[in-house]
Amino acid sequence: MTATISGTALGPHLRRRRDAGRKLLAPYLTGGVRADWTDYLLAYAEAGADTIEVGLPFSEPVVDGPTVQEASHLALRRGANVRDILADLRRVRVGIPLTVMTYYHLVQREGAEVFCANLAGAGVRGLIVPDLPVDELGTLERAATAAGVDLVLVAAPSSTPARLREIGTRSRGFVYAVSVMAPTGVRDELADTAGVLAGQLKQATDLPVLLGFGIATPAHAVAGAHVADGVAVGSALMRAVLDGESPAQVGARVAAMRDALDRAYP
Amino acid sequence: MGTVAAQSPALLPAAGLMRDPGGTGRFGEFGGRFVPESLIPACAEVEEAFRQAWSDAGFRQDLDRLLAVYAGRPTALTPAWSLSAELGITLLLKREDLAHTGSHKINNVLGQALLARRMGRTRLIAETGAGQHGVATATAAALLGLGATVFMGEKDMARQELNVHRMRVLGAEVVPVTSGSRTLKDATSEAMRHWVTCVDEAYYCLGSVMGPHPYPWMVREFQRVIGTEARAQCATELPAAIPDYVVACVGGGSNAAGTFAGFADTTAQLIGVEAAGGAAIADGRVAVMHGHRSYAVQDEHGQILEAESIAAGLDYPGVGPEHAHLHDIGRARYVTVTDDEVLAAVRRLARAEGILPALESAHAVAWVIRAAEGGELPPRATVLLTLSGRGDKDTATLLEVAR
Repeated sequence: MTATISGTALGPHLRRRRDAGRKLLAPYLTGGVRADWTDYLLAYAEAGADTIEVGLPFSEPVVDGPTVQEASHLALRRGANVRDILADLRRVRVGIPLTVMTYYHLVQREGAEVFCANLAGAGVRGLIVPDLPVDELGTLERAATAAGVDLVLVAAPSSTPARLREIGTRSRGFVYAVSVMAPTGVRDELADTAGVLAGQLKQATDLPVLLGFGIATPAHAVAGAHVADGVAVGSALMRAVLDGESPAQVGARVAAMRDALDRAYP
Repeated sequence: MGTVAAQSPALLPAAGLMRDPGGTGRFGEFGGRFVPESLIPACAEVEEAFRQAWSDAGFRQDLDRLLAVYAGRPTALTPAWSLSAELGITLLLKREDLAHTGSHKINNVLGQALLARRMGRTRLIAETGAGQHGVATATAAALLGLGATVFMGEKDMARQELNVHRMRVLGAEVVPVTSGSRTLKDATSEAMRHWVTCVDEAYYCLGSVMGPHPYPWMVREFQRVIGTEARAQCATELPAAIPDYVVACVGGGSNAAGTFAGFADTTAQLIGVEAAGGAAIADGRVAVMHGHRSYAVQDEHGQILEAESIAAGLDYPGVGPEHAHLHDIGRARYVTVTDDEVLAAVRRLARAEGILPALESAHAVAWVIRAAEGGELPPRATVLLTLSGRGDKDTATLLEVAR
């Protein structure tokens, strides 16, 4: 199967920016959550996102807290599905590499090769599968490479040093560091575990390390980026989307994080 | 007697069936450990602890003693005299309804609660559908001085109110789950989300042969006692020693797995009975959900569908991975029955034998009745049926149907 590879590759893009001293910002959006959902992607990019995580909603989101669960179920009730979300992505020119985040069930049901080729065909250059640990990657690792999609692996505060080394070695694009032992969701402050994990990962790999889970405010973003190369922001933005904020309004939230990062790390 | 299966060489068991699935927890292509990285060390720790405990004679003695003096094992094997005569077969009931707390769930929970204590955990987490596993978990927690947090779908809490109350009386915290279909699948997801936040203190006491490795294997091993006892009891009860058919209901499939494990290496035909409204094997496709690869009912886009069964304990769109494997290799056959057949089976068993089965267990009864009356079971066939639980919890549902 030959994949159509378009746009900028994720890994080199993030590494270039990181090496230039920029802190990376990866906002999240649940695909299909609203009819105008791709307008939010454009607003995120305009606001200074370095990549955007696009969630492909699954009916059993075990990694997600209440907000992303709500967004996933809403998108599914609206009739969202992988095929249509990818078709929407094909039509939109965001200008930065996109990363899909979804559950392994939706990857394996089409087969890893077809799934990755479809991602590439829609211009997606990264893939995060939070319920697929490094031990179970199977054929997905090769299929992603063949399609030109970076398979981003997830590290957790409970990962052993040996596992962190393996995750650092086999991840592509960046490493997603889960800041806290909890589902996705807004938290009052950054967990202590975040700094420890990011520090360990920086020792284990030269890939950019992005910290996610519980990053809700510009202050969280700044604190997270102190130990990591950047942050991923999901539930805080999705709460605003679910509450009816427009692309411009949610984009302003992303811009506020961008500004805070740029000011703190000039 | 005993000839039906013997004439079908294809049904002869493969060597080593229903044994240790190894470090990767695979049953053929099914099983595995598909959980977030956060939970991998916890799963590995449970596997290590179970491997040690299961080969430790002291642990086995502690469990056997609890099963005997607390849970009431061995449970009886009761000939269904009247129903057998009516159907022209020999029907033997493995009476898990007589076990403490009213179902087979206690077998698994006592094993896991002892393991949790051995691992130094102070609280049990559980998901529950009909409430039987939740009640069993609350019971074992009370017995061993552990805390218990039980996640239960809001819809199930409404229709199994009695069990909710039982759990609370026993000291468990029952947490309503309001997401998704508000049934067992959502309760399972919520229990896993909660476990991530407290892996150092709490133990996830999963209720069926599902979830990430080692759970499908470990739960089957804790339920194997059903099959082991039944096999010995059949040997004294039946001239041929081995029944022609071994039948059990299947939601996640723990009572069936425990029963089948005792007969996997015999000529008995293994029959798993699913609810027509949640038939993972009959209607499902390969799915990865709740930590394992197996079959689940899903829509054309791969989204998991809500199961619709009158039996809350079978209202689950998936099935344990070992059942998927037994199906694929043809060692077990999976069939479905409808809610109407189940309700008729409850009444018929109650009146014929004076035994009120749980709606879940009545699925197995319903299939035997249909198969005997429809001629699928040859005359004088011998059938072992695991009656997984008693029906007291379902009286409200039965009342509602009667109105």
